[in-house]
Amino acid sequence: MAFINYAAREVNCKIVYYGPGLCGKTTNLQWIYEKTNPDNKGKMISLATETDRTLFFDFLPLDLGSIGSLKVRFHLYTVPGQVFYNASRKLILKGIDGVIFVADSQEARFDANLESIDNLDKNLKEQGFDLMKIPYVLQLNKRDMPTALPVETLTKELNVKGEQVFEGVAPKGIGVYETLKAASKMVLKELRRNT
Amino acid sequence: MDLILYDEELKEIQVLIDQLQVDARAKIVFVVDKNGQQITGAGEIGKIDTTSLASLTAGNVAATDGLAKLIGEKEFSILFHEGERDNVHISIVSNRVILIIIFDERSSLGLVRLRVKKASAELARIFLRIIEKTNTQPSAGLEAAFSEITDDDIDNLFS
Repeated sequence: MAFINYAAREVNCKIVYYGPGLCGKTTNLQWIYEKTNPDNKGKMISLATETDRTLFFDFLPLDLGSIGSLKVRFHLYTVPGQVFYNASRKLILKGIDGVIFVADSQEARFDANLESIDNLDKNLKEQGFDLMKIPYVLQLNKRDMPTALPVETLTKELNVKGEQVFEGVAPKGIGVYETLKAASKMVLKELRRNT
Repeated sequence: MDLILYDEELKEIQVLIDQLQVDARAKIVFVVDKNGQQITGAGEIGKIDTTSLASLTAGNVAATDGLAKLIGEKEFSILFHEGERDNVHISIVSNRVILIIIFDERSSLGLVRLRVKKASAELARIFLRIIEKTNTQPSAGLEAAFSEITDDDIDNLFS
């Protein structure tokens, strides 16, 4: 549901980071925020609890530059991952153009990943989207953890439609930019296809 | 559904909210898409972070919408936040856009509500036209801009 301001020759797209609690969605956004040139980013907003858990969302506006005469802007959002925040999570999915699913590679969080993908599917449907049709990429985060499951296992179990998979260590920035890049490209190509 | 905004309608909206800002004696009048994309503003907008304003207001409206549904209401069409110095009046137009008025003691809630009511009807008419235009001629003028875009162009954005 991109917003195209033809008057200002601007395309605005919305990408949401989804995934179970503590999987690293906010960390992904923080890394992007820290590493992006100040001219190309706006203020990052985090609506979080006192213990730094996402309460409603994180928001980061990003200026990607221009394609031809069109300025391309992305609005990145994260959802609160904790199960009981589902009502808030649904709201963030309104008007999305693409989703990045951040999975926690640790064995103990395997079920939480599956549950979160199910929840994403259900919430997308409620907002009128189909997981099988929207631009979607998978990031296997926390690859540096000792209990991380093998990439092959996670890919096999968590891949929903043959989407691109990236390995990540978000606090170090590993895989963060690659994931965003892949998702943004998919969104722009989808947008071009629809116009 | 994408929303496509053309020069002609944007100018109409601008004239309307410029007038509303004067009539309501507001500091800022701001129009935002329900998904948090800013459309345009009038008044002292140079002094605030408008991107954040747009995103937070949309989040606020979305949360209040969820709250309304929870108690069996269709929507809460007006939100009002009262501060020590500034106040924020938020209203929903055509179920699609959000009209934000920021005002201080130079105005009053009564005056703002009165002016917003009148302007909302006009704004609703303009947005109805924008939505119709988006639906009936979604690619008018944009086709050229988009058809020139190659995969390489998209790749180059990230190089």
